Amino acid sequence: MTDATTETIEADILVIGGGTGGPMAAIKAKEANPSLKVVLMEKANVKRSGAISMGMDGLNNAVVPGYATPEQYVKEITVANDGIVHQKAVMAYATGSFPMIQYLDRLGVKFEKDGSGEYNMRKVHHMGTYVLPMPEGHNVKKVLYRQLRRLQVAVTNRYMATRLLKAADGRIAGAIGVNTRTSEFLVVRAKAVILACGAAGRLGLPASGYMFGTYENAANCGDGYAMAYHAGAELANLECYQINPLIKDYNGPSCAYVTGPFGGYTANNKGQRFIECDYWSGQMMLEFWRELQSGAGPVFLKMDHLAEETISEIEQILHTNERPSRGRFHEKRGNDYRKRPVEMHISEIGFCSGHSASGVWVDENARTTIPGLYAAGDMASVPHNYMLGAFVNGGIAGADAASYCADLDLPAFDEGDLLAEQERVLAPTRRADGLTPHEMEFKTRRLVNDYLEPPKVTAKMEIAQRRFAEIRDDLSALCARDPHELHRALEMQSILDCADMAAAASLYRTESRWGFYHLRVDHPETNDEDWYCHTMLFKDAAGRMSHRKREVAPYVVPVEAEEMAAYHQLRVKAPQAAE
Amino acid sequence: MPIITQSSSAAVVIDDAKCIAEKGCTVCVDVCPLDILAIDEGRKKAFMKYDECWYCMPCEADCPTGAVKVNIPYLLR
Repeated sequence: MTDATTETIEADILVIGGGTGGPMAAIKAKEANPSLKVVLMEKANVKRSGAISMGMDGLNNAVVPGYATPEQYVKEITVANDGIVHQKAVMAYATGSFPMIQYLDRLGVKFEKDGSGEYNMRKVHHMGTYVLPMPEGHNVKKVLYRQLRRLQVAVTNRYMATRLLKAADGRIAGAIGVNTRTSEFLVVRAKAVILACGAAGRLGLPASGYMFGTYENAANCGDGYAMAYHAGAELANLECYQINPLIKDYNGPSCAYVTGPFGGYTANNKGQRFIECDYWSGQMMLEFWRELQSGAGPVFLKMDHLAEETISEIEQILHTNERPSRGRFHEKRGNDYRKRPVEMHISEIGFCSGHSASGVWVDENARTTIPGLYAAGDMASVPHNYMLGAFVNGGIAGADAASYCADLDLPAFDEGDLLAEQERVLAPTRRADGLTPHEMEFKTRRLVNDYLEPPKVTAKMEIAQRRFAEIRDDLSALCARDPHELHRALEMQSILDCADMAAAASLYRTESRWGFYHLRVDHPETNDEDWYCHTMLFKDAAGRMSHRKREVAPYVVPVEAEEMAAYHQLRVKAPQAAE
Repeated sequence: MPIITQSSSAAVVIDDAKCIAEKGCTVCVDVCPLDILAIDEGRKKAFMKYDECWYCMPCEADCPTGAVKVNIPYLLR
């Protein structure tokens, strides 16, 4: 028996994750049906949680009339993601994109406009124009919070969800949360659950060795992926890792999307361009990696050729938004955009659909493969969906969940599942000594770097699996001496789950695809005959990690073969000398 | 295995003269996404308790008295 303190509450909809997509899911559920009880569970504090805790400097995928059509956008993302997309879901995003921008604008989020009040769109992608700067985008979280209050969404801060609950018929029935400061349990029974837990951004270990010096908010450590997996949901294309070109050591965006439209660009150590397009894709990362391999690195973001007014404007945007501490980082290094280009490097690996395509499988209604379970944002499988995608798909999930709930009774769950989970959660608190969460996490993530980073080698990934199994055995010695350490101990287990999934998914797809993201040395060619499909990873009835192929649904926007190759021709043909 | 304690420098620095935690303020502790700040029960001042900083800066931005300064952690500075 457990000695856990447990409170149980009931809701129509439980949203897990109060960052970007989660709040919008809660908002749109309440707008669809104000009589619903919607609970938003957040591991930190909704006021400042998630990827956009300090706001955002721009929309990277705005589909604005006059600049792009939803059809053009769907085509761009299909090409950027080597054809493996569920186009209906990308189309649902694309058609929801402009209405969401207008909605956020009405709520008080500030977007850049020209003198006549039109959105000031910029081109960064290879083909279309989708970037809308937000030089005053620092208040996004405040705007969301006000709306959550207005609509009376119930918020539970500092509760980390650990496992989903299901009914005997397979429907979702709620989730178990544990308070990160008291280790008390909160069981939320719900008719529908929306997962919006962000990326698995604490998977690889940053080159600096600082465990929390990640690209993603370090709280986004893959809890959502792990919970979906253990509940039996299918996860899609996890081998399509997130790997980003970042400011070296700082590990934040250097921001070619912001600086590109002003004339900044990615250059090698000769100051020469080597890629035609700075939009993040697997192919772009492959060219970045090749440049480093060739000895022409480091790679830099070059701005020292720009006019003073331009550089001041870039500084104003970059040093007040999203990751404002980057100004402080540059200052200590003596980096001045006017004098010296910013050194970049290739990030550690993670899962994230916000930038690549690794996520819990969702259809165009944000439904996972479990009835009543939804996913949105960085952890759901809609590729390249960025912040605006989290808002749009979160909104889709909220509205769909509201109608799903309408005629449903609150499902019952098995009390035994709750007791078993409480035992798992509390096990590290029952030991007086043993292994610390930090060292077990560090070792897991160091092995991720050693064996799972591309170029992916079969023999190395198989070693990784053996080493992860050893760490899993060591969990019997994991020790947490207070609630904070227990919080980290639970996160460490999510990270280990994601590490296992990254290895298994990468081994399953025996071809290379998505440029650097899934570059397999033993299978260097793209093999459309066998692998023009999604790969699904799931826990089977016997509890084993299993895989299957999912057919790519017929396109709603046809793409010609020659168009499909556009992102494969990113390397500058003959490098031009810098001006 | 017994557990030992190791030290590291604190990236988040609180100016005790400006910090008003003794008046009940917990804003920096409340907003930290990684939950690494705490109030020292003896001194009644905020401090960085865990070396787990994402240098994101809500603690500094939201502090009502400007008492918090976020430095880049030494390992990546």
